[in-house]
Amino acid sequence: MPILDIQNLSVTFETSSGPFKAVDGITLSVDSGEILSIVGESGSGKSVSMLALMGLLPWTATITADRMQFAGQNLATMSARQRRKIIGKDISMIFQEPMSSLNPCFTVGFQIGETLRQHLGMDRKARRARTIELLDLVGIPAPEDRLSTFPHQLSGGMSQRVMIAMALACKPKLLIADEPTTALDVTIQAQILDLLVRLQKETDMGLILITHDMGVVAETAERVQVQYAGQKVEEQHVKALFRDPHHPYTAALLAALPERARGRDRLPSIPGVVPGPSDRPPACLFEPRCTFATDLCRQTVKRQDEALGQALCNYPLVAGRPQNHPSQSHATDETRKELT
Amino acid sequence: MTHVEADKPGMHQEPDAAEASQTTASAPKRRSGLAEFWYYFSQNKGAVIGLCVFLAIIAIALLAPVLAPHSPTVQNRDALLLPPAWQDGGKAAYLLGTDPVGRDVLSRLMFGAQFSLFIGVAVVVLSVSSGVILGLIAGFFRGWIDTTIMRVMDVILAFPSLLLALVLVAILGPGLVNAMIAIALVLQPHFVRLTRASVLAESEREYVTSARVAGASRFRLMFVTILPNCLAPLIVQATLSFSNAILDAAALGFLGMGAQPPTPEWGTMLAEAREFILRAWWVVTFPGLAILITVLAINLMGDGLRDALDPKLKRS
Amino acid sequence: MSDIVLEGRDLTRHYEVRRGAFRPAATVKALNGVSFKLNAGKTLAVVGESGCGKSTLARLVTMIESPTSGELEIDGETVTKSSKELRRKIQIVFQNPYGSLNPRQKIGDILEEPLKINTSENAKARRAKAHEMLSRVGLRSEHYERYPHMFSGGQRQRIAIARALMLNPKILVLDEPVSALDVSIQAQVLNILADLQKEFGLAYLFISHDLSVVRHIADEILVMYLGKPVEFGQAETVFADPQHPYTAALLSATPMADPEREKKRIPLTGELPSPLDPPPGCPFNPRCWRAEEKCRIEMPKLEPVAGQEAACFFPLSVAKSEAA
Repeated sequence: MPILDIQNLSVTFETSSGPFKAVDGITLSVDSGEILSIVGESGSGKSVSMLALMGLLPWTATITADRMQFAGQNLATMSARQRRKIIGKDISMIFQEPMSSLNPCFTVGFQIGETLRQHLGMDRKARRARTIELLDLVGIPAPEDRLSTFPHQLSGGMSQRVMIAMALACKPKLLIADEPTTALDVTIQAQILDLLVRLQKETDMGLILITHDMGVVAETAERVQVQYAGQKVEEQHVKALFRDPHHPYTAALLAALPERARGRDRLPSIPGVVPGPSDRPPACLFEPRCTFATDLCRQTVKRQDEALGQALCNYPLVAGRPQNHPSQSHATDETRKELT
Repeated sequence: MTHVEADKPGMHQEPDAAEASQTTASAPKRRSGLAEFWYYFSQNKGAVIGLCVFLAIIAIALLAPVLAPHSPTVQNRDALLLPPAWQDGGKAAYLLGTDPVGRDVLSRLMFGAQFSLFIGVAVVVLSVSSGVILGLIAGFFRGWIDTTIMRVMDVILAFPSLLLALVLVAILGPGLVNAMIAIALVLQPHFVRLTRASVLAESEREYVTSARVAGASRFRLMFVTILPNCLAPLIVQATLSFSNAILDAAALGFLGMGAQPPTPEWGTMLAEAREFILRAWWVVTFPGLAILITVLAINLMGDGLRDALDPKLKRS
Repeated sequence: MSDIVLEGRDLTRHYEVRRGAFRPAATVKALNGVSFKLNAGKTLAVVGESGCGKSTLARLVTMIESPTSGELEIDGETVTKSSKELRRKIQIVFQNPYGSLNPRQKIGDILEEPLKINTSENAKARRAKAHEMLSRVGLRSEHYERYPHMFSGGQRQRIAIARALMLNPKILVLDEPVSALDVSIQAQVLNILADLQKEFGLAYLFISHDLSVVRHIADEILVMYLGKPVEFGQAETVFADPQHPYTAALLSATPMADPEREKKRIPLTGELPSPLDPPPGCPFNPRCWRAEEKCRIEMPKLEPVAGQEAACFFPLSVAKSEAA
């Protein structure tokens, strides 16, 4: 049974210009001992869906879901008090900006100790021992001396290590890492990613890695879920996804990476921008930017089955060619209209 | 080369068109500046009420010569200290009663509104213009200029404001104009500080560096590039200063240092009626109420302005 | 073959940092002896992690700051304090498209400002030029009347590029121009940059930490570490056969979007040293796996190795025993 099981999660924000659906029917599940990566550009709702799960969204957000289960418990129906017991203990989260995620007023040792006291009720001595153990675990040299340092004395990479130590303090079953390395330098990013993967293997927890960086996905994830404008457009195993993306958006995204371009030719780019709340297309959200869009895509969009990566597309790609696409059968617009 | 992204063969749609439709379509969503301002402003019911009251006061002040039933300065010996119309002995001709020398309180209040608004406008214009220029200079040039200006402002702020205004009026001599100058001077440090803080923050932004790379002169950087981006907090502070100015002017008038009798200024009216407080409640109550209502309305409006102009409070 | 439009000779920039009332001020050597040449129509990429001095270099080259020592030559003329005319020849595009456009100016005014300041062209000519430049970067004429907040990040970056080109500069400094953009938008902007370079014969000084972007766009590469250049060479050769251990580590740490690629990561231990207190000798020696006694004492100079230049006593193409 998956450790986290979310069915049809939607999040709507009340804004000055009416409701805005930031997350639209997301379904996801993570097993323990698995790395799931949620990848998408800005505005794809990847962070919002996880914040909704953690109960960290402002009051303007309305959250609905068919199911939101963590380790067999229903998160949607439980009281805020019960939820707080789980969050921070069994599910924890690390954020993009390590420098601002730590409270600048307290020492590193105190902040990790607080988590331990809150959730595990350890006494002072046990807390100290466990804190040192945790700092050692995340590869901070001379952990005893680090207990009394303040966050501003740490570099970005060190702060992120402390954040990871804090997140792991209560041995969570699920760790959500929201762009954990985006603010870090490349060589430090490599260290932190290696650390996350190693800890995940050692503790057998589930890891959700939210990122926009396809390179990070390729090197760390096992299963990948691609999101676009609040919807899940595709889900595949990482190797399969990079070898044969089924959704045109995933394919275009991969093709747009400079490192996958051949030589110094023009990059195949995706025209236009992610739709906003006011110009949301009626059916398929990618349709205005899609090379393969037809009239059908403006009327309805179909979720494909597992074999085609659950692609949310009428003409899923197989080896780069759209299936059942009218251009292949040389059908004119007239005949297709008759068909549909 | 217009369609830069048209690099995939068989692109079904003009890429630029897709992008353009995005911006045009989202234009109504993002609203024009004024519409967005009004949306956030109208979220605050108190602010809207404040605005209505304030507009009414402006209308009364402007139309005072037409609306007022009597002249504000003509003394009627037959109607000394008449109570308001609804009380025993009141006359319908003198709706809010008369003062000890027989002038109509209502008419005096209406003409008094002119003075109060004039004081507010003049003081705010004076203190904002001088404060903004000093703040810009301090924030832009830094160094000893900054230190000098800010220490002088600190000295001004260290005095109780009314006391300092009193001292200044005592030096300059009593009168409405001198009172306004004194009040403007007392209020000005707030603007200097506010402008300087915004200038410091904005100077770090990249668009300022861009303008510098383009070769913009110092004058242009200060007034064309930076200043317009510092205005939002200044507007809020200006409204709040407006009500402060009215209050301070009334206080100076009450102490006999502001407008001199027979000017129908609200504070002066209070001062003249001081000795009749126990016998004729209306001579002090109505000017007091007028001050209260005006200041409250402006402060409510200022709150709404802050909600509408402060980007930090938006999009929560 | 092509003319040199920008040359830096031994550029240094030091900052004084006050450390409280009772300690002497420290000197940060943000840039410490950088020389480079940039040819017309070519792209020189400056690569490095935070604190390597690449942004300081951008500020020196665009004359926002003046160097502590060293010489800068733009289009054959040496830059002095009074050379305002040279400003027109070099313009800059910043990383953050949300901060680099004045929120209170219309796009038209933003584009025309450089002309207003530097030329005596009349309003009509300025307007015509702004419209032309808008279409060059793939925007429409009706965007002329709009304000920056109505545009997306990618569109704003195009506007910033258009503004930089208004004065017909010869050199464009691109300070991480695409790192704040999404992948799909990033490709659009990179394509525009490539087109404009071809059309106007622009020279780019492309500053970036993202090696995959650099590999795509650069002709030559300058790798920097802690204010010093550590490797310089043609882009292909540097990527194919890095000489400096730091370059090799940086390349191996850059995640590649290919899950089936064999991972050969060179693990680097430790953090970047503080620029306030750089290690003696080679700045990279505390993290280097090839470092020896010599590296801790002496500072290596940029010297020719295997077709490129590297500042290392033990470059990777030379067997260690041989070098020693």
